[in-house]
Amino acid sequence: MAGGLPTFPEAPASIEDDFERDLHTEHQVLNMGPSHPATHGTVKFLIELDGETIINLDIQVGYLHRGFEKECESGTWYQAIPYTDRLNYNSAVLANVGYCMAVEKLLGIETPEHCQWLRVMSGELARIADHLTRCGAACLELAAMTPFLYGIEARELSWDLLEMLCGARVTSNYIRIGGVKHGMPRDFPATAKDFIARIRKLLADFDKVITSNRIFVDRLKNTGVISKEDCIRYAVTGPILRSAGVGLDVRKTDPYLVYDQLDFDIPIGEVGDNYDRYLVCVEEMHQSLRIVEQCLTQLKKMGPGPVDVADPRVRWPAKGRVFNRMEELIQQFKSVTEGPLVPEGEGYFAIESANGELGFYLVSDGSAVPVKVRCRPPSFINLAPMGGMLKGAMLADLIPTFDFINMIGGECDR
Amino acid sequence: MEDFGSSALRKLIDEFPDAVRETHANLGDATAVVDPDRIVAVMRFLRDEADFDMLMDVTAVDYLGRNPRFEVVYHLYAPDANQRVRIKARVAEEAAEIASVVSLYASANWMEREVFDLYGIGFDGHPDLRRILLYDEFEGHPLRKDYPKERRQPLVGPRN
Repeated sequence: MAGGLPTFPEAPASIEDDFERDLHTEHQVLNMGPSHPATHGTVKFLIELDGETIINLDIQVGYLHRGFEKECESGTWYQAIPYTDRLNYNSAVLANVGYCMAVEKLLGIETPEHCQWLRVMSGELARIADHLTRCGAACLELAAMTPFLYGIEARELSWDLLEMLCGARVTSNYIRIGGVKHGMPRDFPATAKDFIARIRKLLADFDKVITSNRIFVDRLKNTGVISKEDCIRYAVTGPILRSAGVGLDVRKTDPYLVYDQLDFDIPIGEVGDNYDRYLVCVEEMHQSLRIVEQCLTQLKKMGPGPVDVADPRVRWPAKGRVFNRMEELIQQFKSVTEGPLVPEGEGYFAIESANGELGFYLVSDGSAVPVKVRCRPPSFINLAPMGGMLKGAMLADLIPTFDFINMIGGECDR
Repeated sequence: MEDFGSSALRKLIDEFPDAVRETHANLGDATAVVDPDRIVAVMRFLRDEADFDMLMDVTAVDYLGRNPRFEVVYHLYAPDANQRVRIKARVAEEAAEIASVVSLYASANWMEREVFDLYGIGFDGHPDLRRILLYDEFEGHPLRKDYPKERRQPLVGPRN
Protein backbone atom coordinates (compact mmCIF):
# COMPACT_ATOMS: atom_id res chain seq x y z
CA MET A 1 0.00 0.00 0.00
CA ALA A 2 2.81 2.37 0.87
CA GLY A 3 0.51 5.29 1.49
CA GLY A 4 -0.46 5.64 -2.21
CA LEU A 5 -3.81 6.86 -3.39
CA PRO A 6 -6.35 4.45 -4.77
CA THR A 7 -6.27 4.41 -8.59
CA PHE A 8 -9.26 5.50 -10.64
CA PRO A 9 -9.99 4.62 -14.25
CA GLU A 10 -8.62 7.13 -16.67
CA ALA A 11 -10.93 10.05 -17.21
CA PRO A 12 -12.55 10.27 -20.69
CA ALA A 13 -11.33 12.91 -23.08
CA SER A 14 -14.80 14.36 -23.28
CA ILE A 15 -18.20 13.48 -22.04
CA GLU A 16 -19.49 12.86 -25.61
CA ASP A 17 -16.91 10.14 -26.31
CA ASP A 18 -17.86 8.35 -23.17
CA PHE A 19 -21.52 8.58 -24.05
CA GLU A 20 -20.92 7.14 -27.53
CA ARG A 21 -18.91 4.27 -26.10
CA ASP A 22 -21.53 3.21 -23.64
CA LEU A 23 -24.45 3.58 -26.04
CA HIS A 24 -25.94 0.30 -27.10
CA THR A 25 -25.55 0.39 -30.88
CA GLU A 26 -26.01 -3.21 -31.87
CA HIS A 27 -28.03 -3.71 -35.00
CA GLN A 28 -31.45 -5.10 -34.43
CA VAL A 29 -33.66 -7.03 -36.79
CA LEU A 30 -37.27 -6.00 -37.06
CA ASN A 31 -40.00 -8.10 -38.61
CA MET A 32 -42.64 -5.99 -40.26
CA GLY A 33 -45.67 -7.79 -41.60
CA PRO A 34 -46.90 -9.96 -43.23
CA SER A 35 -49.97 -8.29 -41.82
CA HIS A 36 -49.24 -4.75 -40.81
CA PRO A 37 -51.73 -1.89 -40.59
CA ALA A 38 -49.40 0.49 -42.41
CA THR A 39 -48.85 -1.66 -45.47
CA HIS A 40 -51.77 -2.15 -47.79
CA GLY A 41 -50.57 -5.48 -49.05
CA THR A 42 -49.51 -8.74 -47.51
CA VAL A 43 -45.74 -8.65 -47.53
CA LYS A 44 -43.06 -9.18 -44.94
CA PHE A 45 -40.07 -6.92 -44.44
CA LEU A 46 -37.07 -8.16 -42.57
CA ILE A 47 -35.38 -4.95 -41.58
CA GLU A 48 -31.93 -4.66 -40.10
CA LEU A 49 -31.87 -1.45 -38.15
CA ASP A 50 -29.19 0.73 -36.65
CA GLY A 51 -31.29 2.89 -34.38
CA GLU A 52 -33.87 4.14 -36.83
CA THR A 53 -31.72 3.80 -39.92
CA ILE A 54 -32.32 0.93 -42.31
CA ILE A 55 -29.11 -1.01 -42.91
CA ASN A 56 -30.59 -3.90 -44.82
CA LEU A 57 -34.02 -4.71 -46.08
CA ASP A 58 -35.15 -8.13 -47.19
CA ILE A 59 -38.56 -8.16 -48.83
CA GLN A 60 -40.40 -11.46 -48.63
CA VAL A 61 -43.30 -11.76 -51.04
CA GLY A 62 -45.51 -14.67 -51.94
CA TYR A 63 -48.15 -14.59 -49.22
CA LEU A 64 -50.91 -14.26 -51.80
CA HIS A 65 -49.50 -16.82 -54.22
CA ARG A 66 -52.37 -18.89 -55.49
CA GLY A 67 -50.92 -20.46 -58.60
CA PHE A 68 -52.28 -18.08 -61.24
CA GLU A 69 -50.16 -19.52 -64.02
CA LYS A 70 -50.80 -23.12 -63.01
CA GLU A 71 -54.55 -22.52 -62.92
CA CYS A 72 -54.50 -20.83 -66.32
CA GLU A 73 -52.57 -23.75 -67.78
CA SER A 74 -55.17 -26.23 -66.60
CA GLY A 75 -58.28 -24.50 -67.95
CA THR A 76 -59.36 -23.24 -71.33
CA TRP A 77 -58.29 -19.89 -72.76
CA TYR A 78 -61.58 -18.35 -71.68
CA GLN A 79 -61.39 -19.64 -68.13
CA ALA A 80 -58.31 -17.56 -67.43
CA ILE A 81 -60.14 -14.24 -67.78
CA PRO A 82 -61.66 -14.22 -64.27
CA TYR A 83 -58.24 -15.02 -62.83
CA THR A 84 -56.81 -11.95 -64.51
CA ASP A 85 -59.42 -9.88 -62.65
CA ARG A 86 -57.78 -10.96 -59.45
CA LEU A 87 -54.27 -9.94 -60.41
CA ASN A 88 -54.50 -6.24 -59.73
CA TYR A 89 -57.89 -5.99 -58.10
CA ASN A 90 -57.80 -2.19 -58.14
CA SER A 91 -57.77 -2.07 -61.91
CA ALA A 92 -59.12 -5.43 -62.99
CA VAL A 93 -60.19 -4.27 -66.46
CA LEU A 94 -56.62 -3.48 -67.44
CA ALA A 95 -55.47 -7.03 -66.75
CA ASN A 96 -58.51 -8.35 -68.67
CA VAL A 97 -57.53 -6.18 -71.63
CA GLY A 98 -53.90 -7.30 -71.49
CA TYR A 99 -54.73 -10.97 -71.43
CA CYS A 100 -57.46 -10.86 -74.07
CA MET A 101 -55.35 -8.79 -76.43
CA ALA A 102 -52.49 -11.26 -76.06
CA VAL A 103 -54.83 -14.12 -76.98
CA GLU A 104 -56.18 -12.05 -79.88
CA LYS A 105 -52.62 -11.54 -81.06
CA LEU A 106 -52.18 -15.31 -81.29
CA LEU A 107 -55.56 -15.71 -82.95
CA GLY A 108 -54.90 -12.85 -85.36
CA ILE A 109 -58.11 -11.06 -84.44
CA GLU A 110 -58.72 -7.35 -84.88
CA THR A 111 -61.54 -6.18 -82.62
CA PRO A 112 -64.22 -3.78 -83.90
CA GLU A 113 -63.74 -0.07 -83.27
CA HIS A 114 -66.66 0.16 -80.89
CA CYS A 115 -65.13 -2.46 -78.66
CA GLN A 116 -61.75 -0.73 -78.72
CA TRP A 117 -63.20 2.55 -77.47
CA LEU A 118 -65.10 0.75 -74.74
CA ARG A 119 -61.94 -1.07 -73.68
CA VAL A 120 -60.00 2.17 -73.48
CA MET A 121 -62.75 3.89 -71.54
CA SER A 122 -63.22 1.13 -68.98
CA GLY A 123 -59.46 0.71 -68.67
CA GLU A 124 -58.96 4.39 -67.93
CA LEU A 125 -61.71 4.33 -65.30
CA ALA A 126 -59.87 1.42 -63.69
CA ARG A 127 -56.60 3.35 -63.85
CA ILE A 128 -58.23 6.26 -62.01
CA ALA A 129 -59.48 3.88 -59.33
CA ASP A 130 -56.01 2.40 -58.98
CA HIS A 131 -54.24 5.75 -58.64
CA LEU A 132 -56.85 6.94 -56.17
CA THR A 133 -56.25 3.89 -54.02
CA ARG A 134 -52.54 4.47 -54.17
CA CYS A 135 -52.70 8.17 -53.22
CA GLY A 136 -55.57 7.77 -50.75
CA ALA A 137 -54.09 4.81 -48.94
CA ALA A 138 -50.71 6.54 -48.78
CA CYS A 139 -52.35 9.44 -46.94
CA LEU A 140 -54.08 7.02 -44.61
CA GLU A 141 -50.88 5.23 -43.79
CA LEU A 142 -49.19 8.55 -43.13
CA ALA A 143 -51.99 9.15 -40.59
CA ALA A 144 -54.07 11.53 -42.69
CA MET A 145 -57.58 10.12 -42.64
CA THR A 146 -59.47 12.96 -44.36
CA PRO A 147 -57.83 12.90 -47.81
CA PHE A 148 -58.23 9.13 -47.84
CA LEU A 149 -61.97 9.60 -47.59
CA TYR A 150 -61.98 12.08 -50.50
CA GLY A 151 -59.94 9.62 -52.53
CA ILE A 152 -62.15 6.68 -51.70
CA GLU A 153 -65.29 8.65 -52.50
CA ALA A 154 -63.89 9.44 -55.92
CA ARG A 155 -62.83 5.84 -56.39
CA GLU A 156 -66.32 4.74 -55.50
CA LEU A 157 -67.68 6.96 -58.29
CA SER A 158 -65.26 5.43 -60.74
CA TRP A 159 -66.22 1.94 -59.58
CA ASP A 160 -69.92 2.85 -59.81
CA LEU A 161 -69.37 3.70 -63.45
CA LEU A 162 -67.60 0.40 -63.99
CA GLU A 163 -70.46 -1.35 -62.24
CA MET A 164 -72.93 0.24 -64.65
CA LEU A 165 -70.79 -0.97 -67.50
CA CYS A 166 -69.73 -4.41 -66.27
CA GLY A 167 -72.09 -5.38 -63.48
CA ALA A 168 -69.39 -5.60 -60.84
CA ARG A 169 -67.43 -3.00 -58.96
CA VAL A 170 -64.10 -4.68 -58.47
CA THR A 171 -63.66 -7.93 -60.36
CA SER A 172 -65.33 -6.69 -63.49
CA ASN A 173 -64.70 -9.61 -65.88
CA TYR A 174 -65.81 -7.29 -68.67
CA ILE A 175 -63.45 -8.02 -71.54
CA ARG A 176 -63.91 -11.05 -73.75
CA ILE A 177 -61.59 -12.58 -76.32
CA GLY A 178 -62.59 -10.68 -79.43
CA GLY A 179 -64.82 -8.13 -77.76
CA VAL A 180 -66.40 -6.90 -74.58
CA LYS A 181 -69.31 -8.40 -72.66
CA HIS A 182 -71.81 -5.83 -73.88
CA GLY A 183 -72.05 -2.18 -74.90
CA MET A 184 -72.86 0.81 -72.74
CA PRO A 185 -76.22 1.07 -71.01
CA ARG A 186 -78.34 3.90 -72.43
CA ASP A 187 -78.01 6.19 -69.43
CA PHE A 188 -74.27 5.64 -69.07
CA PRO A 189 -73.00 8.76 -70.92
CA ALA A 190 -75.14 11.14 -68.85
CA THR A 191 -74.13 9.49 -65.57
CA ALA A 192 -70.50 9.40 -66.61
CA LYS A 193 -70.54 13.11 -67.40
CA ASP A 194 -71.97 13.87 -63.99
CA PHE A 195 -69.56 11.54 -62.18
CA ILE A 196 -66.52 12.87 -64.03
CA ALA A 197 -67.40 16.36 -62.83
CA ARG A 198 -67.75 15.03 -59.29
CA ILE A 199 -64.43 13.14 -59.49
CA ARG A 200 -62.76 16.35 -60.70
CA LYS A 201 -64.24 18.25 -57.76
CA LEU A 202 -63.02 15.59 -55.32
CA LEU A 203 -59.58 15.60 -56.89
CA ALA A 204 -59.46 19.38 -56.47
CA ASP A 205 -60.41 19.00 -52.80
CA PHE A 206 -57.83 16.25 -52.39
CA ASP A 207 -55.28 18.53 -53.96
CA LYS A 208 -56.13 21.41 -51.62
CA VAL A 209 -55.90 19.27 -48.52
CA ILE A 210 -52.73 17.41 -49.24
CA THR A 211 -50.50 18.55 -52.13
CA SER A 212 -48.90 21.46 -50.31
CA ASN A 213 -49.53 20.16 -46.82
CA ARG A 214 -46.29 20.68 -44.94
CA ILE A 215 -46.30 17.34 -43.12
CA PHE A 216 -47.20 15.39 -46.23
CA VAL A 217 -44.55 17.13 -48.33
CA ASP A 218 -41.87 16.61 -45.68
CA ARG A 219 -42.62 12.92 -45.47
CA LEU A 220 -42.52 12.49 -49.25
CA LYS A 221 -39.87 14.87 -50.59
CA ASN A 222 -36.51 13.20 -51.13
CA THR A 223 -37.61 9.91 -49.67
CA GLY A 224 -37.46 6.66 -51.58
CA VAL A 225 -35.42 8.21 -54.37
CA ILE A 226 -34.56 6.06 -57.36
CA SER A 227 -32.44 7.29 -60.23
CA LYS A 228 -33.21 7.01 -63.90
CA GLU A 229 -30.37 4.55 -64.39
CA ASP A 230 -31.50 2.30 -61.56
CA CYS A 231 -35.03 2.27 -62.95
CA ILE A 232 -33.68 1.03 -66.26
CA ARG A 233 -31.43 -1.54 -64.61
CA TYR A 234 -34.30 -2.92 -62.59
CA ALA A 235 -36.75 -2.68 -65.55
CA VAL A 236 -39.03 -0.51 -63.42
CA THR A 237 -41.96 0.86 -65.41
CA GLY A 238 -45.04 2.95 -64.85
CA PRO A 239 -45.35 6.04 -62.64
CA ILE A 240 -42.12 5.19 -60.79
CA LEU A 241 -40.09 5.26 -64.00
CA ARG A 242 -41.85 8.40 -65.21
CA SER A 243 -41.31 10.16 -61.89
CA ALA A 244 -37.58 9.57 -62.38
CA GLY A 245 -37.75 11.51 -65.64
CA VAL A 246 -38.13 8.82 -68.30
CA GLY A 247 -41.25 9.34 -70.39
CA LEU A 248 -41.90 5.73 -71.26
CA ASP A 249 -45.51 4.67 -71.51
CA VAL A 250 -46.68 1.75 -73.65
CA ARG A 251 -49.75 3.80 -74.60
CA LYS A 252 -47.39 6.19 -76.40
CA THR A 253 -44.44 4.00 -77.41
CA ASP A 254 -46.52 1.10 -78.82
CA PRO A 255 -50.05 2.49 -79.07
CA TYR A 256 -52.58 -0.31 -78.86
CA LEU A 257 -56.38 -0.06 -79.18
CA VAL A 258 -57.21 3.53 -80.12
CA TYR A 259 -54.62 5.32 -77.98
CA ASP A 260 -53.04 6.81 -81.10
CA GLN A 261 -56.27 8.69 -81.81
CA LEU A 262 -56.53 10.14 -78.32
CA ASP A 263 -55.16 13.39 -77.06
CA PHE A 264 -53.41 12.96 -73.72
CA ASP A 265 -50.07 13.77 -72.12
CA ILE A 266 -47.58 11.71 -70.19
CA PRO A 267 -46.50 13.53 -67.03
CA ILE A 268 -42.90 13.02 -65.97
CA GLY A 269 -41.07 13.94 -62.78
CA GLU A 270 -37.52 15.05 -62.10
CA VAL A 271 -36.18 13.66 -58.86
CA GLY A 272 -37.74 10.21 -58.69
CA ASP A 273 -38.84 10.58 -55.07
CA ASN A 274 -42.19 9.79 -53.51
CA TYR A 275 -43.48 13.31 -53.98
CA ASP A 276 -42.82 13.16 -57.73
CA ARG A 277 -44.62 9.83 -57.85
CA TYR A 278 -47.58 11.39 -56.10
CA LEU A 279 -47.67 14.31 -58.56
CA VAL A 280 -47.31 12.00 -61.56
CA CYS A 281 -50.22 9.85 -60.35
CA VAL A 282 -52.47 12.86 -59.76
CA GLU A 283 -51.73 14.23 -63.21
CA GLU A 284 -52.31 10.82 -64.79
CA MET A 285 -55.76 10.75 -63.23
CA HIS A 286 -56.59 14.08 -64.87
CA GLN A 287 -55.29 12.76 -68.18
CA SER A 288 -57.36 9.60 -67.78
CA LEU A 289 -60.47 11.69 -67.17
CA ARG A 290 -59.71 13.51 -70.41
CA ILE A 291 -59.43 10.18 -72.20
CA VAL A 292 -62.75 8.97 -70.78
CA GLU A 293 -64.43 12.16 -72.02
CA GLN A 294 -62.96 11.71 -75.48
CA CYS A 295 -64.16 8.11 -75.52
CA LEU A 296 -67.68 9.20 -74.57
CA THR A 297 -67.71 11.79 -77.34
CA GLN A 298 -66.45 9.30 -79.87
CA LEU A 299 -68.89 6.58 -78.82
CA LYS A 300 -71.75 9.07 -79.08
CA LYS A 301 -70.58 10.06 -82.55
CA MET A 302 -70.31 6.45 -83.70
CA GLY A 303 -73.74 5.42 -82.45
CA PRO A 304 -74.54 1.81 -81.69
CA GLY A 305 -72.37 -0.83 -83.29
CA PRO A 306 -71.03 -4.34 -82.81
CA VAL A 307 -68.85 -4.85 -79.73
CA ASP A 308 -67.77 -8.36 -80.72
CA VAL A 309 -65.67 -9.51 -83.59
CA ALA A 310 -67.61 -11.50 -86.19
CA ASP A 311 -65.33 -14.50 -85.96
CA PRO A 312 -66.99 -17.87 -85.37
CA ARG A 313 -63.93 -19.11 -83.48
CA VAL A 314 -64.63 -16.80 -80.56
CA ARG A 315 -68.19 -15.64 -81.05
CA TRP A 316 -71.22 -17.64 -80.06
CA PRO A 317 -73.83 -18.18 -82.76
CA ALA A 318 -77.15 -16.35 -82.53
CA LYS A 319 -79.52 -18.03 -80.07
CA GLY A 320 -82.35 -18.35 -82.60
CA ARG A 321 -80.16 -20.41 -84.89
CA VAL A 322 -78.79 -22.53 -82.02
CA PHE A 323 -82.29 -23.70 -81.22
CA ASN A 324 -83.19 -24.51 -84.81
CA ARG A 325 -80.09 -25.71 -86.59
CA MET A 326 -77.71 -28.57 -85.96
CA GLU A 327 -74.46 -26.84 -87.00
CA GLU A 328 -75.00 -23.85 -84.76
CA LEU A 329 -75.97 -26.12 -81.90
CA ILE A 330 -72.68 -27.99 -82.26
CA GLN A 331 -70.77 -24.75 -82.56
CA GLN A 332 -72.42 -23.40 -79.43
CA PHE A 333 -71.56 -26.61 -77.58
CA LYS A 334 -67.94 -26.46 -78.69
CA SER A 335 -67.66 -22.76 -77.87
CA VAL A 336 -68.98 -23.30 -74.36
CA THR A 337 -67.04 -26.43 -73.49
CA GLU A 338 -63.67 -25.65 -74.99
CA GLY A 339 -63.73 -22.13 -76.36
CA PRO A 340 -61.35 -21.00 -79.08
CA LEU A 341 -58.58 -23.23 -80.39
CA VAL A 342 -55.61 -20.91 -80.46
CA PRO A 343 -53.11 -21.54 -83.28
CA GLU A 344 -49.75 -22.95 -82.32
CA GLY A 345 -47.19 -20.32 -81.48
CA GLU A 346 -45.99 -17.85 -78.92
CA GLY A 347 -46.59 -14.17 -78.43
CA TYR A 348 -45.90 -11.37 -75.99
CA PHE A 349 -48.28 -8.48 -75.65
CA ALA A 350 -47.84 -5.58 -73.25
CA ILE A 351 -50.19 -2.85 -72.14
CA GLU A 352 -49.70 0.05 -69.77
CA SER A 353 -51.40 -0.88 -66.55
CA ALA A 354 -51.67 1.48 -63.59
CA ASN A 355 -48.40 0.13 -62.20
CA GLY A 356 -46.42 -0.12 -65.39
CA GLU A 357 -45.93 -2.54 -68.21
CA LEU A 358 -48.28 -5.48 -67.80
CA GLY A 359 -47.25 -8.10 -70.32
CA PHE A 360 -48.60 -11.49 -71.18
CA TYR A 361 -46.40 -14.11 -72.78
CA LEU A 362 -48.55 -16.92 -74.11
CA VAL A 363 -47.57 -20.21 -75.66
CA SER A 364 -50.10 -22.38 -77.44
CA ASP A 365 -49.79 -25.84 -78.92
CA GLY A 366 -52.92 -25.38 -81.00
CA SER A 367 -55.29 -26.81 -78.44
CA ALA A 368 -58.01 -25.33 -76.25
CA VAL A 369 -55.71 -25.28 -73.21
CA PRO A 370 -52.75 -22.90 -72.97
CA VAL A 371 -49.26 -24.32 -72.57
CA LYS A 372 -48.02 -21.21 -70.85
CA VAL A 373 -49.65 -18.08 -69.53
CA ARG A 374 -46.98 -15.83 -68.17
CA CYS A 375 -47.95 -12.53 -66.65
CA ARG A 376 -45.20 -9.95 -66.41
CA PRO A 377 -46.30 -8.39 -63.15
CA PRO A 378 -45.27 -4.74 -62.79
CA SER A 379 -45.90 -4.82 -59.02
CA PHE A 380 -43.40 -7.63 -58.52
CA ILE A 381 -40.72 -6.13 -60.71
CA ASN A 382 -41.16 -2.62 -59.32
CA LEU A 383 -40.86 -3.90 -55.76
CA ALA A 384 -37.47 -5.55 -56.35
CA PRO A 385 -35.36 -2.34 -56.12
CA MET A 386 -37.07 -1.17 -52.93
CA GLY A 387 -34.38 -2.68 -50.71
CA GLY A 388 -31.76 -0.56 -52.44
CA MET A 389 -33.93 2.55 -52.46
CA LEU A 390 -34.26 2.49 -48.69
CA LYS A 391 -30.73 1.60 -47.67
CA GLY A 392 -29.63 4.26 -45.21
CA ALA A 393 -33.07 5.79 -44.99
CA MET A 394 -35.20 6.17 -41.89
CA LEU A 395 -37.59 3.43 -40.95
CA ALA A 396 -40.50 5.84 -41.30
CA ASP A 397 -39.65 6.40 -44.99
CA LEU A 398 -40.46 2.79 -45.70
CA ILE A 399 -44.19 3.47 -45.42
CA PRO A 400 -44.61 6.15 -48.12
CA THR A 401 -42.11 4.42 -50.40
CA PHE A 402 -43.97 1.15 -50.20
CA ASP A 403 -47.26 2.98 -50.73
CA PHE A 404 -46.14 4.72 -53.88
CA ILE A 405 -44.52 1.61 -55.32
CA ASN A 406 -48.09 0.34 -54.98
CA MET A 407 -47.35 -3.31 -54.65
CA ILE A 408 -50.61 -5.14 -55.17
CA GLY A 409 -50.40 -8.57 -53.58
CA GLY A 410 -52.67 -10.22 -56.10
CA GLU A 411 -50.45 -9.18 -58.96
CA CYS A 412 -47.09 -9.42 -57.22
CA ASP A 413 -47.61 -12.92 -55.85
CA ARG A 414 -50.02 -14.29 -58.46
CA MET B 1 -32.43 -18.87 -91.46
CA GLU B 2 -35.43 -16.83 -92.41
CA ASP B 3 -35.82 -13.11 -92.63
CA PHE B 4 -36.84 -11.66 -89.29
CA GLY B 5 -37.15 -7.93 -89.85
CA SER B 6 -35.08 -6.94 -86.87
CA SER B 7 -31.75 -5.20 -87.08
CA ALA B 8 -30.88 -6.42 -83.59
CA LEU B 9 -31.21 -10.05 -84.61
CA ARG B 10 -29.16 -9.42 -87.72
CA LYS B 11 -26.38 -7.96 -85.57
CA LEU B 12 -26.65 -10.85 -83.16
CA ILE B 13 -26.25 -13.44 -85.90
CA ASP B 14 -23.28 -11.60 -87.37
CA GLU B 15 -21.60 -11.51 -83.99
CA PHE B 16 -22.47 -15.04 -82.83
CA PRO B 17 -22.98 -17.15 -85.97
CA ASP B 18 -22.51 -20.39 -84.06
CA ALA B 19 -24.45 -19.50 -80.89
CA VAL B 20 -27.73 -18.50 -82.55
CA ARG B 21 -29.62 -21.69 -83.34
CA GLU B 22 -32.94 -20.44 -84.68
CA THR B 23 -34.66 -17.15 -85.33
CA HIS B 24 -38.17 -16.19 -86.21
CA ALA B 25 -40.41 -13.14 -86.11
CA ASN B 26 -43.84 -14.77 -85.89
CA LEU B 27 -46.57 -12.29 -84.98
CA GLY B 28 -44.00 -9.53 -85.11
CA ASP B 29 -41.97 -10.70 -82.11
CA ALA B 30 -38.30 -10.96 -83.04
CA THR B 31 -37.06 -14.16 -81.43
CA ALA B 32 -33.74 -15.94 -81.28
CA VAL B 33 -32.94 -19.31 -79.74
CA VAL B 34 -29.37 -19.27 -78.51
CA ASP B 35 -26.88 -21.69 -77.08
CA PRO B 36 -27.46 -21.77 -73.29
CA ASP B 37 -23.72 -21.84 -72.64
CA ARG B 38 -23.33 -18.50 -74.40
CA ILE B 39 -26.28 -16.73 -72.81
CA VAL B 40 -24.23 -14.23 -70.80
CA ALA B 41 -22.13 -13.28 -73.82
CA VAL B 42 -25.23 -12.87 -75.97
CA MET B 43 -27.00 -10.75 -73.39
CA ARG B 44 -23.90 -8.62 -72.80
CA PHE B 45 -23.65 -8.00 -76.52
CA LEU B 46 -27.32 -7.04 -76.76
CA ARG B 47 -27.02 -4.69 -73.81
CA ASP B 48 -23.77 -3.01 -74.75
CA GLU B 49 -23.88 -3.02 -78.54
CA ALA B 50 -27.58 -3.00 -79.34
CA ASP B 51 -28.88 -0.80 -76.46
CA PHE B 52 -31.25 -3.36 -74.99
CA ASP B 53 -31.03 -1.71 -71.60
CA MET B 54 -34.09 -3.26 -69.99
CA LEU B 55 -34.61 -6.92 -69.24
CA MET B 56 -38.37 -6.83 -69.01
CA ASP B 57 -39.11 -10.43 -68.23
CA VAL B 58 -37.52 -13.76 -67.48
CA THR B 59 -39.64 -16.85 -67.49
CA ALA B 60 -39.49 -20.49 -68.50
CA VAL B 61 -41.69 -22.92 -70.36
CA ASP B 62 -41.85 -26.63 -69.65
CA TYR B 63 -42.21 -28.68 -72.84
CA LEU B 64 -42.59 -32.04 -71.14
CA GLY B 65 -41.56 -34.86 -73.47
CA ARG B 66 -39.29 -32.71 -75.57
CA ASN B 67 -35.57 -32.79 -75.25
CA PRO B 68 -34.21 -30.41 -74.00
CA ARG B 69 -37.24 -30.06 -71.78
CA PHE B 70 -37.14 -26.44 -70.61
CA GLU B 71 -36.90 -23.15 -72.39
CA VAL B 72 -35.78 -20.08 -70.48
CA VAL B 73 -37.29 -17.01 -72.11
CA TYR B 74 -35.92 -13.47 -71.82
CA HIS B 75 -37.75 -10.41 -73.08
CA LEU B 76 -35.52 -7.44 -73.76
CA TYR B 77 -36.47 -3.88 -74.52
CA ALA B 78 -34.43 -1.05 -76.01
CA PRO B 79 -36.06 2.16 -74.73
CA ASP B 80 -34.23 4.50 -77.11
CA ALA B 81 -35.00 2.56 -80.28
CA ASN B 82 -38.34 1.27 -78.93
CA GLN B 83 -37.43 -2.26 -80.00
CA ARG B 84 -38.13 -5.57 -78.38
CA VAL B 85 -36.44 -8.90 -78.77
CA ARG B 86 -37.02 -12.29 -77.23
CA ILE B 87 -34.10 -14.57 -76.44
CA LYS B 88 -34.66 -18.20 -75.61
CA ALA B 89 -32.27 -20.85 -74.35
CA ARG B 90 -33.12 -24.52 -74.08
CA VAL B 91 -32.13 -26.30 -70.92
CA ALA B 92 -32.10 -30.06 -70.39
CA GLU B 93 -33.95 -31.71 -67.54
CA GLU B 94 -30.97 -33.54 -66.01
CA ALA B 95 -28.78 -30.50 -65.54
CA ALA B 96 -31.45 -27.84 -65.35
CA GLU B 97 -29.09 -24.93 -64.99
CA ILE B 98 -28.12 -21.85 -66.92
CA ALA B 99 -25.80 -18.94 -66.20
CA SER B 100 -27.39 -16.04 -64.34
CA VAL B 101 -27.56 -12.62 -65.98
CA VAL B 102 -27.91 -10.68 -62.72
CA SER B 103 -24.46 -9.21 -63.26
CA LEU B 104 -25.81 -7.57 -66.44
CA TYR B 105 -29.38 -6.77 -65.48
CA ALA B 106 -30.39 -6.14 -61.88
CA SER B 107 -34.00 -6.93 -62.75
CA ALA B 108 -33.04 -10.56 -63.37
CA ASN B 109 -32.51 -11.08 -59.64
CA TRP B 110 -36.11 -11.61 -58.56
CA MET B 111 -37.29 -13.03 -61.87
CA GLU B 112 -34.60 -15.71 -61.91
CA ARG B 113 -35.50 -16.53 -58.34
CA GLU B 114 -39.08 -17.00 -59.46
CA VAL B 115 -38.08 -19.34 -62.29
CA PHE B 116 -35.89 -21.28 -59.85
CA ASP B 117 -38.78 -21.46 -57.41
CA LEU B 118 -41.51 -22.55 -59.79
CA TYR B 119 -39.53 -24.57 -62.36
CA GLY B 120 -36.48 -25.72 -60.43
CA ILE B 121 -34.04 -24.33 -62.98
CA GLY B 122 -30.82 -23.22 -61.34
CA PHE B 123 -29.04 -19.99 -62.22
CA ASP B 124 -25.31 -20.30 -61.93
CA GLY B 125 -23.73 -17.21 -60.41
CA HIS B 126 -26.93 -15.82 -58.94
CA PRO B 127 -26.07 -13.89 -55.76
CA ASP B 128 -29.11 -14.96 -53.73
CA LEU B 129 -30.86 -17.96 -55.22
CA ARG B 130 -33.72 -18.67 -52.81
CA ARG B 131 -37.37 -19.46 -53.29
CA ILE B 132 -39.37 -16.27 -53.64
CA LEU B 133 -43.08 -16.92 -54.01
CA LEU B 134 -43.22 -20.22 -52.15
CA TYR B 135 -41.79 -21.14 -48.77
CA ASP B 136 -38.56 -23.01 -48.24
CA GLU B 137 -40.21 -26.26 -47.15
CA PHE B 138 -42.31 -26.54 -50.30
CA GLU B 139 -41.64 -29.83 -52.08
CA GLY B 140 -41.32 -29.78 -55.83
CA HIS B 141 -41.69 -27.07 -58.45
CA PRO B 142 -45.35 -26.43 -59.21
CA LEU B 143 -45.13 -25.01 -62.73
CA ARG B 144 -43.51 -28.16 -64.06
CA LYS B 145 -46.03 -29.99 -66.16
CA ASP B 146 -45.57 -33.21 -64.18
CA TYR B 147 -46.53 -31.49 -60.93
CA PRO B 148 -50.20 -32.35 -60.41
CA LYS B 149 -52.41 -29.41 -59.52
CA GLU B 150 -54.08 -31.33 -56.70
CA ARG B 151 -50.91 -32.36 -54.90
CA ARG B 152 -50.95 -31.71 -51.18
CA GLN B 153 -47.96 -30.34 -49.34
CA PRO B 154 -46.82 -31.50 -45.91
CA LEU B 155 -47.78 -29.30 -42.99
CA VAL B 156 -44.95 -27.10 -41.85
CA GLY B 157 -44.59 -26.16 -38.23
CA PRO B 158 -43.69 -22.67 -37.09
CA ARG B 159 -40.18 -21.62 -37.88
CA ASN B 160 -38.01 -19.96 -35.34
